[in-house]
Amino acid sequence: MVNLKKDSLIIANKKFNSRLIVGTGKYKSMTECAKAITLSGAEIVTVAVRRVNISDKKKPLLMDYIDPKKITYLPNTAGCFNSKEALRTLRLAREIGGWKLVKLEVLGDKKNLFPDMIETLKSTEVLAKEGFKVMVYCNDDPLMAKRLENSGADAIMPLAAPIGSGLGIQNKINIQIIRKQTKLPLIIDAGLGQASDATIAMELGCDGVLVNTAIAKAKKPFEMALAFKNAVIAGRQSYKSGRIDKILMGNQSSPSKGII
Amino acid sequence: MKKIKKIKIKINGRIKSIIQDSNLSELLKNVKIPLNKVAIELNEEIVDKKKINKIKLNKNDKIEIVHFIGGG
Repeated sequence: MVNLKKDSLIIANKKFNSRLIVGTGKYKSMTECAKAITLSGAEIVTVAVRRVNISDKKKPLLMDYIDPKKITYLPNTAGCFNSKEALRTLRLAREIGGWKLVKLEVLGDKKNLFPDMIETLKSTEVLAKEGFKVMVYCNDDPLMAKRLENSGADAIMPLAAPIGSGLGIQNKINIQIIRKQTKLPLIIDAGLGQASDATIAMELGCDGVLVNTAIAKAKKPFEMALAFKNAVIAGRQSYKSGRIDKILMGNQSSPSKGII
Repeated sequence: MKKIKKIKIKINGRIKSIIQDSNLSELLKNVKIPLNKVAIELNEEIVDKKKINKIKLNKNDKIEIVHFIGGG
């Protein structure tokens, strides 16, 4: 009997029922964003840390639309290009209201948005020492993933493809190698384009996926949110069910015995 | 009549004139910031929100007030 309810995602000792994490950027409005999150079933959402708009106080606040008591906020360091900026951002995020679970993302190139792994590694060490629970956006490089794990990361989050590219998982082999070597939560972050990409990630044995653009910029974001929700569940279920071996030739499903 | 002295500070990158000897708490009330939803830096050091009424502002102080917005 399959009991998916007991199959929780555990990150830094916290249990989550949903394995889909969604970003809150790029939506047309806060209302649209909040509705898409509800439909996706996500219990964790990434958020960015930015200056308060001093001159326009009527600007809607994210916290008024997405209740941080009900949905876990995962502050990110998007837009940071070195360790110093990333640390500053996350220390501020913690100060807003005690957020310790964070997403570290130190970018190395403004065009391809690939992570700068040297700065990422440095930051992970510091943050872990400061008591942060760090989910780390990284390259799909098994050696780097191992080093992050040794530096105190709480979750490894390799990219599928460049952020916002919608290309889907480009290096399945590397993801599978990372899966084999780590017991940490492995979450595909960035580059997914459609729901089936999430299913593939889950079938490779990932513990979850993080999606923003693919939902926010879909022609119908609400439907896509729902599609991703189902895709993650399907992929997880498929992974847990143990797929059949691949063979080259056909193997008929109906018995040969008794053919007339 | 004694003239009120003013000093210039920078808040979120914008120059603002404030009354000399005012404290951080007064400034934040003035710009109507909901304290429970923000974090504050004074000259690149994080400020303990509980102590803002004890922090006097000086000329050329740089204040950053941040909050959460949508992001991936």
